[in-house]
Amino acid sequence: MLLDSSLEDRRRERHLVAVRAATAGVLVLLALLLVVVRLMRLQVDQHEYFSVLSRDNRVKVQAVPPTRGLIYDAQGVLLADNHPSFSLEITVEKVEDLAGTIEALSAIIPVDAKDLARFERLKRQRVRYQGVPLRLNLTPEEVARFSVDSHRFPGVDVRAELIRTYPQGALTAHVLGYVGRINAEEMTRIDASDYAGTHFIGKGGVEKAHEGALHGHVGYQQVEVNARGRVLRTLEGKAPVAGRDLHLFLDLDLQQAASDALGDNRGAVVAIDPRTGGVLALVSKPSFDPNPFVEGITQSDYHALLYSPDKPLFDRAVRGQYPPGSTVKPFVGLAGLASGVVDARKAKFCPGYYQLPGQSHRYRCWRRGGHGTVALEQAVVQSCYVYFYDLAHSMGIDRLQGFLKELGFGARTGIDVAGELGGLVPSREWKERARKQPWYPGETLIVGIGQGAFLATPLQLAVATATLANRGHFIQPRVARSTQVPGSPDSTELPAVSHPVEVGDPHHWDQVIHAMTEVVEGERGTAKRIQTKAYRIAGKTGTAQVFTVGQKESYNAARLDKRMHDHALFIAFAPVEDPRIAVAVVVENGGHGGSVAAPVARQLMDARLGGSRLLAKEGSGRGD
Amino acid sequence: MGIRPLSQGLDPTEDSAESSLLARLHLDAPLLIGLLVLCAFGLLVLYSASNQDMGSVKRQLVRLGLAFGLMLALAQVHPARLRSWSPLVYMVGVVMLVAVLLFGDVGKGAQRWLDLGFARFQPSELLKLAVPMMVAWLLAARPLPPSLPRVLGAAVVTLVPVLLIAKQPDLGTAILVAAAGAAALFIGGLSWRLIAAIGIAAAGMAPMLWYGMRDYQRQRVLTFLDPASDPLGAGYHIIQSQIAIGSGGVFGKGWLNGTQSHLEFLPERHTDFIFAVIGEELGLAGILALLAVYLFIIYRGLVIAANASDAYGRVLAGGLTLVFFVYVFVNTGMVVGLLPVVGVPLPLVSYGGTSMVTLMAGFGLLMAVRSHRKALQF
Repeated sequence: MLLDSSLEDRRRERHLVAVRAATAGVLVLLALLLVVVRLMRLQVDQHEYFSVLSRDNRVKVQAVPPTRGLIYDAQGVLLADNHPSFSLEITVEKVEDLAGTIEALSAIIPVDAKDLARFERLKRQRVRYQGVPLRLNLTPEEVARFSVDSHRFPGVDVRAELIRTYPQGALTAHVLGYVGRINAEEMTRIDASDYAGTHFIGKGGVEKAHEGALHGHVGYQQVEVNARGRVLRTLEGKAPVAGRDLHLFLDLDLQQAASDALGDNRGAVVAIDPRTGGVLALVSKPSFDPNPFVEGITQSDYHALLYSPDKPLFDRAVRGQYPPGSTVKPFVGLAGLASGVVDARKAKFCPGYYQLPGQSHRYRCWRRGGHGTVALEQAVVQSCYVYFYDLAHSMGIDRLQGFLKELGFGARTGIDVAGELGGLVPSREWKERARKQPWYPGETLIVGIGQGAFLATPLQLAVATATLANRGHFIQPRVARSTQVPGSPDSTELPAVSHPVEVGDPHHWDQVIHAMTEVVEGERGTAKRIQTKAYRIAGKTGTAQVFTVGQKESYNAARLDKRMHDHALFIAFAPVEDPRIAVAVVVENGGHGGSVAAPVARQLMDARLGGSRLLAKEGSGRGD
Repeated sequence: MGIRPLSQGLDPTEDSAESSLLARLHLDAPLLIGLLVLCAFGLLVLYSASNQDMGSVKRQLVRLGLAFGLMLALAQVHPARLRSWSPLVYMVGVVMLVAVLLFGDVGKGAQRWLDLGFARFQPSELLKLAVPMMVAWLLAARPLPPSLPRVLGAAVVTLVPVLLIAKQPDLGTAILVAAAGAAALFIGGLSWRLIAAIGIAAAGMAPMLWYGMRDYQRQRVLTFLDPASDPLGAGYHIIQSQIAIGSGGVFGKGWLNGTQSHLEFLPERHTDFIFAVIGEELGLAGILALLAVYLFIIYRGLVIAANASDAYGRVLAGGLTLVFFVYVFVNTGMVVGLLPVVGVPLPLVSYGGTSMVTLMAGFGLLMAVRSHRKALQF
């Protein structure tokens, strides 16, 4: 019985387990069938969809930035170069623990406080998903050290890029400007797709004005990347179009000469070739080294420049607006001749003051006793105020300012240096608009001697002088002569924009030029100290009263004194017969134009016309 | 004289041409062939998934050798002896689990390892064998089907280690150990009424389970329900593995040609997510071939269970076989997006030693049950 039940139990057990095993087998089949159904949905139904996702995963389109065009001076000297550099960049959006990442990075690659400060600043200004540099100019060893550990740092990359350098440094800083990292504000102005991959953009000067030519056009490549975004290979792409090289009219020798001639003075020099409108030299002093700006200058260095009382960042040549003073007299004289209110041969009497009809107020000449009887030539040479008071009064402000504007005063010249200001030629409309007051006849007199609200930039003075030298052929000033496809002879001359300035009888030009020649060559000429036998110079000195600078600087009495001095101005061109250079010089607080500004112009002309060599010969000849 | 199996005729799959060498080694030929095919397949996939790193393949091969050695050794043990060892093995396992919680090494945020001085050991692995052994020991003491107290006893011996393991925390292993106990109970004849009751109770307990989970475990469940909610974070695994499988299509991108795997979009590609590599490179066809091999091994295991000579052998063999299936199902289900992500490897294919050794030891026990069908002669 026991045996029976035991056998029965064993039979039942065996049956039970067999049924359970079979049931389990069925359940296993059903479960795996579920997996297979799911697989069929993924691999058959949605295969196309996932194929696309898979391809999108691994293929990324990368922008390939174009190489920025180089900039050369008239002699082919390199003024702006591209220098290969490795930088360590963090794409902030891809990094979870930024502080921890930077800390871990600094264990491999030294990062100092300056780097961190720059990183913080650039991070605030960044464009989203664009790398922000933490360290610049990595050494090859640092690059290697990072590469070994790079898998630990997703979102951190070593970027090889071309960094703009300016071999001439401060000498060309104002005219060239500089490039810097594109900020969020600039991003809204540019074609973002063309700048994908480009990190730098012209921030001023020629770099900004010729941004389009210098930048080129973006290329792209389709690359296979892994999950960490590392590029494994290039599949296909379109090469970028490199930016065009820029060849300038600017002559580094003249630039150097102008800078040397200004010495430690604050001021500006603009030299133009009257035949082309090409700017030969454009100097503003003091200057600054543009190279630190490219990668982001430190806050403290920047503030030191920005708040320096000498304003080194301020481009006086195209943004400095000065009362032109007596340098405007040749142009006002020309206006008088052109309008017929004066005749070069007819003299006026200068008693030392001028009175408007029916008014008792006396507008003084600089010479108390008066110049006596003066015609146009002597009025220019001796800078007689009364002659020009009368001329301006006779002509009236409307005609006078109209003519001055034809010479380029009162509006931006359109030079290819970004940031230019337009100066100001006072007019009825301006007075009405700006001061809500009517025009008083006495103000016309003040315009006639280049004072009062009348403001001109050194560039405008140089342009007007070049127009005079050209006898009425106004050419818009320009720094760049031509663009060139890098490494090819394919060069494009940039067109000149010009228009004629009519003065009625062409003889009027000669009359004014003759007067300016007398300024240098005449017995009473205010600039006779720069006279040379090597070539003939036509010029005009000027002084501008200082009335705006200095109020904020009353803390320093000694300094204030110097800063209340007049600005010294000088305009000139040479040779008179066949002008090849027109110059405007402003020396801030320099005092008298003839003694301070004119020699600067002379040095520049010597550099241009080879005068110093001739002078040396003269000197040796005299010794014989 | 060698030991001849007495009841040859009972097993329908018995092959009269079976090599006597295999019989002497107590190895089951169909199961052995299935395992060898599976391991060879796994090595090929591993070679690709590890970016053609022969080093990984060689290390895996060494582990396989050790695991097969262990299988061979365990195959020699008579089931009766296994049965008598069961309580001891179980007790040792539980004690070590407690030791791990008290003194264990922390790795990847969980306490799983016990440093024995000469080797690091994961006691939870032992429980994958010890629990079905213990449940089998409990159930086989009386004729099947088990009485309610016995079922409760089996439930207790299962849940104690499961809770200890879940506390480490190691959800994947806890699930497998629980599955081992449950599978053994199921094969042992747990009544359908109780199964239904447990099912209903489990459904009722689900909210409690939710509150008992750790944050990252909850996150996994949420991410499973909606991977797109966190495509770069927790959902990344799921999305990328589905892209890999889906882009593989019917015939795959070809061995060594999976872009998802080789470009590292697929995380854990040579360990827990290796199934996705198969799907990408070998396509649906390759996966079906792999599943067929798994199915064959499970089938053979169930046949061994059904034909075992005693209740202990039946329950143990059935439990071990079904645990193997749970491995396959949980891993593939997780990779194709049917189940939440839990750390369960694809058995004998995923790179890694611990689970492989346990699995092959389990097959060693199966072989032992298969070949020793005669009562032990003391």
